[in-house]
Amino acid sequence: MTASAVTERQYQGQAHEHSRRLMTAWMQELARAESERRPTGALMISGNCVELLRACHILPMFPEVTALQNAIRKKSLPLILKAEQAGYSSDNCAYVKADIGLFLDGGMGPGRPMPFPTITVCNYVGCNVYVKWFEHLADVSGSTLFMLDVPFARTPEPSPADVQYVVAQLRELIALCERVSGHRFDIDELREILAHAARAEDGYARAKQLCKHHPAPFDAYFDAINLMGPINVLRGTPEAAEFFDQAVTEFEGLVAQGLGPLREERFRTVVEGPPPYPFYKSFRNLFARWGAVAVASTYSTVGGIWEWGFRHDPRRPLESIAEQMLRENLTNRSIVARYAQIKRYVEEWHPDALVIHSIKSCRLFSAGQGDMRDYFTQRLGVPTLMVESDLEDPRYYAEAQLKNRIDAFFESLEHKKLTASAAATAWRAAAEGEASGYER
Amino acid sequence: MTAEQILERAREVIGRPLGAAAERWKAAHPGGRAVAVYPVWAPAELIHAAGMLPLALLGGGGLELTHADARFQSFVCSIAKSTLELGFQGQVTGVDGFVFSNICDVARNLGSIYQRNFPDAFVEYLHLPQNSTSPAVVGYAAAELRRLADGFRERLGFAVTPTALAKSIEIYNALRARLRALYALRIAEPQALSTTELYAVLRAATLAPPEESIGALDALLAGLSQRESRPRDRLRVVLEGAFCEQPPLGLLETLEEAGCYVVEDDLLLGWRWFTGDVVTDGDPFERLGAAYVNQAVPSSTRHEGRQHRADGLIEKVRRARADAVVFMPAKFCEPALFDYVLMKQGLEREGIPHLLVEFEEKMWTFERTRNEIETFVESMLFE
Ligand code: SF4
Ligand code: SF4
Repeated sequence: MTASAVTERQYQGQAHEHSRRLMTAWMQELARAESERRPTGALMISGNCVELLRACHILPMFPEVTALQNAIRKKSLPLILKAEQAGYSSDNCAYVKADIGLFLDGGMGPGRPMPFPTITVCNYVGCNVYVKWFEHLADVSGSTLFMLDVPFARTPEPSPADVQYVVAQLRELIALCERVSGHRFDIDELREILAHAARAEDGYARAKQLCKHHPAPFDAYFDAINLMGPINVLRGTPEAAEFFDQAVTEFEGLVAQGLGPLREERFRTVVEGPPPYPFYKSFRNLFARWGAVAVASTYSTVGGIWEWGFRHDPRRPLESIAEQMLRENLTNRSIVARYAQIKRYVEEWHPDALVIHSIKSCRLFSAGQGDMRDYFTQRLGVPTLMVESDLEDPRYYAEAQLKNRIDAFFESLEHKKLTASAAATAWRAAAEGEASGYER
Repeated sequence: MTAEQILERAREVIGRPLGAAAERWKAAHPGGRAVAVYPVWAPAELIHAAGMLPLALLGGGGLELTHADARFQSFVCSIAKSTLELGFQGQVTGVDGFVFSNICDVARNLGSIYQRNFPDAFVEYLHLPQNSTSPAVVGYAAAELRRLADGFRERLGFAVTPTALAKSIEIYNALRARLRALYALRIAEPQALSTTELYAVLRAATLAPPEESIGALDALLAGLSQRESRPRDRLRVVLEGAFCEQPPLGLLETLEEAGCYVVEDDLLLGWRWFTGDVVTDGDPFERLGAAYVNQAVPSSTRHEGRQHRADGLIEKVRRARADAVVFMPAKFCEPALFDYVLMKQGLEREGIPHLLVEFEEKMWTFERTRNEIETFVESMLFE
């Protein structure tokens, strides 16, 4: 490294603590669900319809969140191995293996810390693994599987047929939920929940816009995890809406003081791809020591791309849920549509580089990222770093190799910056000379 | 033509690049267009009804990759890369359109990457329904087929009329009936038609107009009834998992030489997709959409809410009077590898033995596989 390493400010912020509190409360609710005889519904994060389950008084559970939490706590490998012993391939998405492994390991089911879902709602929003995962989860848990088929975004706007198909399925889901929970669905209750959701979405979007500032008040990749729980899991609750209002106030305060997550923001990046949860902190440090802060990320939009302005609309409850699932999230869009999303981040958030974290487990994100790199480097001239590991399986994380790649990349970026700024100084001097020449 | 001549010709046809099939047809149909479909299923009927040539887009086999491996990572299946490579190497010149669908995340990304790299080609991505029980699903499926037809009209200049579609469905019904007859023959007399042969004619049928294939298959069926062959002491197996990336012919040969009669398989499944004829009265778009939902064979790429994934396979085993299942998923193929677990558990509950053999389209030595299969066969035949 040519310059001295940048350190974190050791400031986690209130948003971090607040988010943790809310998420813990939700986990506790889940742990009590069985004894309280509350029905639960498994959902996927991407473009989900959590508001609908909430309105049906079904407690949502998210196997992806359980999987990532186990990875962060370094508990994922034994679960993955259990699933592999049962026949899952080393090439299958490790999220699924960690989840099924949890069941095989006795961590899920009646009387266990994680209940079985009463219903398994597969919001098939882009990811084909979701279909398999929930087929398997329904198989082990014996719960009713509802396949909520969301047509992939393959036209500029969803067609009327797409919207009708999703809305019809949402109605069928409501009927199923009523049967399971014994609670009569009330559209006005859903409207109220959607109003809370829209407020949270607004807050999430405002927080992201604040990262256009130099320095960005938080890391839109590594710190975004604190916001992703409330936006994807708790959306529709007044607590989540309140959380975002407070988080935005906190971030605005940081912007006013010119503070970011690091002592110095030397490089601004856009990050593409999920993080390596088993080595979250180590991976973060590899960037932090270079003063590299993510100002935008694609991963934070898997549940919804709120920064472009879409909000759930209480006046059009089912239609707006359908539209969000169909179009307003990263996972239901093509990888090439993601290039456009990143391009917009590049144009509006002014990063110095794009970092592609290629995840073996997640082909939805990764398959073809070499083409993405080609597009950004060759077509747009954006310095792009591509590194590879996994979001759940620690066996694919090679720290030394990653460090070498990351160091080499930022060294060269720093060099480019220095040369560019020297050239700019020279150019300015020459331009000033010319200007004064004219004056004469 | 005799059966031997037809088989010989099929082997020759499938050895040529895909573009050659398009060019050959276009020479006889000036101004015509050809549209190739990526596995597993796409409505060839619709392409045919538009007056175009439907083809199967099945990757590049052993084609050496010069560009595509920089686009797709090492942990992605081979067919995705080699399909893109076909474009880079000009092997699909003459093919005007490419249709992909939501079989897996890789195919989904491949579709849009293909379009970005070859902006002049007509590339369409179909979202085939995964909800098999909703009352709304047939209407949706029909709308999706109409959308594809609109694309043909607007971007390729070939329209599909309901009358033409009904006619094409009938032609494909006839083609599928022949294919079903060949599969039934192999179940009854596996010695009369090897899997390598069946695969070759089936694949050749994906490279020619259906009318032409129907004639060839009729001649083949007639010829095969005359074929003299003695049954051997072999293990009757169902082959499962090779529905997308194509196993090399050498691998299928190895499987047979190592002592198996493959009596059922999911090779080129999309071209045999329906369990019976698709009816053509009423709106043909709706009929075809309904058939996709209600008359489809079990597949790893379509969720079936009315039947457990293992049950479809077990039924197949029983129907084909098979002794065992050989799972043959392509390396890195997520749908096949996920289904493997549920199907394997189902087979074990039923006491049906199975073997797992992964493959890649570009593999060229089969010794290890041969040993594995021989050991499996011996353990079964001489236990
Ligand atoms: S493939 Fe990706 S999006 Fe799908 S379940 Fe796995 S990690 Fe999640
Ligand atoms: S081989 Fe499997 S993973 Fe690859 S494109 Fe085909 S279905 Fe998808």
